[in-house]
Amino acid sequence: MHRLLRLLGREFVIGVPFSWLAFFFFLPFLILAYISFVDMGNDIHPFKPLWDSATGVVNLKYENYVSIFRAEGGALFDTLYLESYGRSIKYAFATATLCLAIGYPFAYFLARASAHLRPALLMMVMLPFWTSFLLRVYAWKGILADQGLLNQLLLALGLIAEPIQMLYTDVSMLVGMSYVYLPFMVLPLYANLVKLDYSLLEAAYDLGATPWKAFWLVTVPLSKAGIIAGFMLVFIPALGEFVIPSLLGGPENLMIGRVVWDEMFTANNWPRASALAVVMIGAIVVPLALYYRHRGQAEAQH
Amino acid sequence: MADVKEGYLVTEDLVKRFDEAIAVDEVNLSIRQGEIFALLGSSGCGKSTLLRMLAGFEKPSSGRILLGGQDVAGMAPYERPINMMFQSYALFPHLDIWDNVAFGLKREGCPKAEIQQRVGAMLDLVQLTPYARRKPHQLSGGQQQRVALARSLAKKPKLLLLDEPLGALDKKLREQTQFELVNIIEQVGVTCVMVTHDQEEAMTMANRIAVMSKGRVLQVGSPKEIYEFPSSRFVADFIGNVNLFDGKLSVDEADHCAIATSLGEMQVGHGISGSLGMPVTLAVRPEKISIAKQRPAGVDRNLFQGRVKEIAYFGSFNTFIVVTPDGTKVKITEPNGSRHDLLDLTWEDEVFFWWDDTDGVALRD
Amino acid sequence: MKFLAKHFGKAWMVLVYAFLYLPLLFMIVFSFNSTRQDARFTGFSLRWYEALTRDSKIVEGFFLSLKVATVTGLLSATLGTFAAFVLVRYQRFFGRTLFSGMVNAPLVMPEVVIGLSLLLLMVGAQNLLGWPERGMLTIILGHTLMGMAYAMVVVQSRLLEMDRSIEEAAMDLGARPYQVFFLVTLPNIFQAILAAFLLSFTLSFDDVVISEFLSGPGVNTLPQVIFGYARRGINPTIYAAATLLIATVTIVIVSYSVWVARQTRRREREIAAATRAELAAIGR
Repeated sequence: MHRLLRLLGREFVIGVPFSWLAFFFFLPFLILAYISFVDMGNDIHPFKPLWDSATGVVNLKYENYVSIFRAEGGALFDTLYLESYGRSIKYAFATATLCLAIGYPFAYFLARASAHLRPALLMMVMLPFWTSFLLRVYAWKGILADQGLLNQLLLALGLIAEPIQMLYTDVSMLVGMSYVYLPFMVLPLYANLVKLDYSLLEAAYDLGATPWKAFWLVTVPLSKAGIIAGFMLVFIPALGEFVIPSLLGGPENLMIGRVVWDEMFTANNWPRASALAVVMIGAIVVPLALYYRHRGQAEAQH
Repeated sequence: MADVKEGYLVTEDLVKRFDEAIAVDEVNLSIRQGEIFALLGSSGCGKSTLLRMLAGFEKPSSGRILLGGQDVAGMAPYERPINMMFQSYALFPHLDIWDNVAFGLKREGCPKAEIQQRVGAMLDLVQLTPYARRKPHQLSGGQQQRVALARSLAKKPKLLLLDEPLGALDKKLREQTQFELVNIIEQVGVTCVMVTHDQEEAMTMANRIAVMSKGRVLQVGSPKEIYEFPSSRFVADFIGNVNLFDGKLSVDEADHCAIATSLGEMQVGHGISGSLGMPVTLAVRPEKISIAKQRPAGVDRNLFQGRVKEIAYFGSFNTFIVVTPDGTKVKITEPNGSRHDLLDLTWEDEVFFWWDDTDGVALRD
Repeated sequence: MKFLAKHFGKAWMVLVYAFLYLPLLFMIVFSFNSTRQDARFTGFSLRWYEALTRDSKIVEGFFLSLKVATVTGLLSATLGTFAAFVLVRYQRFFGRTLFSGMVNAPLVMPEVVIGLSLLLLMVGAQNLLGWPERGMLTIILGHTLMGMAYAMVVVQSRLLEMDRSIEEAAMDLGARPYQVFFLVTLPNIFQAILAAFLLSFTLSFDDVVISEFLSGPGVNTLPQVIFGYARRGINPTIYAAATLLIATVTIVIVSYSVWVARQTRRREREIAAATRAELAAIGR
């Protein structure tokens, strides 16, 4: 009897989150894939059967996908969609790289800081994270504007004669993106580096390596899993970033997140928006797999 | 001693399999009521698995566990009248000492007044009454152990299980605690099964010991029986130090026998069932062997010669390693009786060594 | 050279901290600016704080976000705890890899994808069942999906480091499995669950994308209101809101950190005292 209850208990505990996820995560993706093949025609509603009710023939509108890769009457791969995908990948990659360049040394020195300073230092890193990211991005608007803080400062210092345009350019995009995603790179790296066994470094010094060499030959390879996990943790969500391009980017900095939005709510073309989203998922499958694998490794190492 | 009930805790052909590995291999034990029984063995021998089966945390693959005649093998841990003291003590960090000890009684539905009285009595027993309202982390390791003991005795279980009770303590504390533990357990009068890898712990604390290896029980007996009369080569070697001489049975009588070894013929003061020429091993404890530079008078058997190769001074006794002409190493210990009694031996000395024929045990495997 | 190397680390960290805090300080300073100008501080004034209280959209949005975040926090903490339990305690069950993948995915996936697919689900459900209307409920459901993933990570980490033997000890002493959970396990992971609640609360309070996808007409969370203003230009009222938020968060985080530090120090002192007493007792 008790065994039955215990079994039921187990099923219940697994079942609750599982069904929630199945319904709110898995099912929506199925619907997404479904809608991406619908021929909306002139209807307002995209929820139509994919088959002809009279003949029972399945009718998938591949056109939804094809139009992403080939414009009407145009060359292959020469579409605005692909342009924005490409741009998104470039921005995401650049952001992740910047975050790594800024964040790795920071995480390294943070891990090396004395033990009683570390909690305070960590708290100082986390504090901005807990204040609204939207507001912080908004602040950059004020700082980078033509009449903004930075330009005023540069003018006052006499370094420039006229305000430089920084807002709505690649510069503001990358500043904003790397600003927002920096903690996502720093924290996993820090967690990884703080558990590093320093006796390995000491062994390297003992064997004649200089600190610089030891860093590249010992520290970096050991934190490899953390680096890759952190990189993916920035790259993947940055791909679909929506808010920062809206606030800090101009019409030339259009990213795919914004394109999906426009396709949904401006053009009202739900099937194509869905197709765009599906392609985005396809683009992140490989990075996602890399992330899962290296996150597991980074944790298993310790 | 009062009339002890035999077979209070009995395991019948108890087996535990994990996938393909057998952790406990047909263990049959019969433990008396009120005794302290030790399961002794090195890691991986199955003693912990056996203990966990008694507690109810592992389900036996087959076999029965009878406590006071009742089969408990199918019962969940919270249904058994058995309590365990964990190696890490497992005190509830979010409760104070009083609530820790009272936990089991509250689950029983004990009335408040009775809980008050019984918890108070338990804390008195382990001498921790002034610490009742402290949390576990505010106590030292030794104190935490006493809380764990009090908690496991509070429900007056029919069987108390101890998992490596002294493992987490440092050496000085261990000696003191050994006796305290035994005193409390005997005072309460509960039947106790303990698991340990430490021989000294088992020999000091237990009434009887079961030596285990690879899931099987090799020998059950009092500490003296196991030490003086090991039943197998493994047990002889496992407990304390021993010299093992391999040879063939050369004399086979009812009350004595002899073994032909590479050193010569060794006389044994007890009989052995077997046939002439059969391979036998003689086990002789180092302290049973005497050593001297001169040939001793009146010794006509088990007398051999060799050269002192190593000497170690241990304060209360000396250990000599003597090597015989055929290369056999023999370990001999001699106590330091009085200041003037230091044996006048040094390295490379040629010596005689001998023992009584009742000092050796002939083993068949 | 050594001087540079030695101080490079500190210099780098100072620069990065400056980078992190620049926008915050900027907003705080200019929330007190007497004119609309950025970058030129024309005088001290509290007018933007006044404007904040009079702006009904912001005030409404604030209370809506508060409600949404609270419900989201509670739901996420609960579901996240369930999920953490499942992943840590049940090593083998049908669909474990899929489960693990689904729980962790919202942490990494672009919010646009999640928002869009959830919207399709809601609209589809509405077509089929006439419910739900897009609004507060749908936003909560979307936020909970994200919050659950973060909550799970927090609780999972605590569950992994918790000493399992106290649960066995509880069972040994007569507690049935559900009693073990409520009397022993839960008190010991409580801090983690609280942290999970706070984390998902904050994420929900701050979310833009999913709210935009899933909200209905007239329903606007605070971030949505701010986002709307932000698209249209600079508005120092936002700076005032930001300053209040920064002040609140700072007070909460700093006092929490100080409290934790004090607790840890006290605990260490107590353990040291107990050990010293024990050593003294042996010495006798």
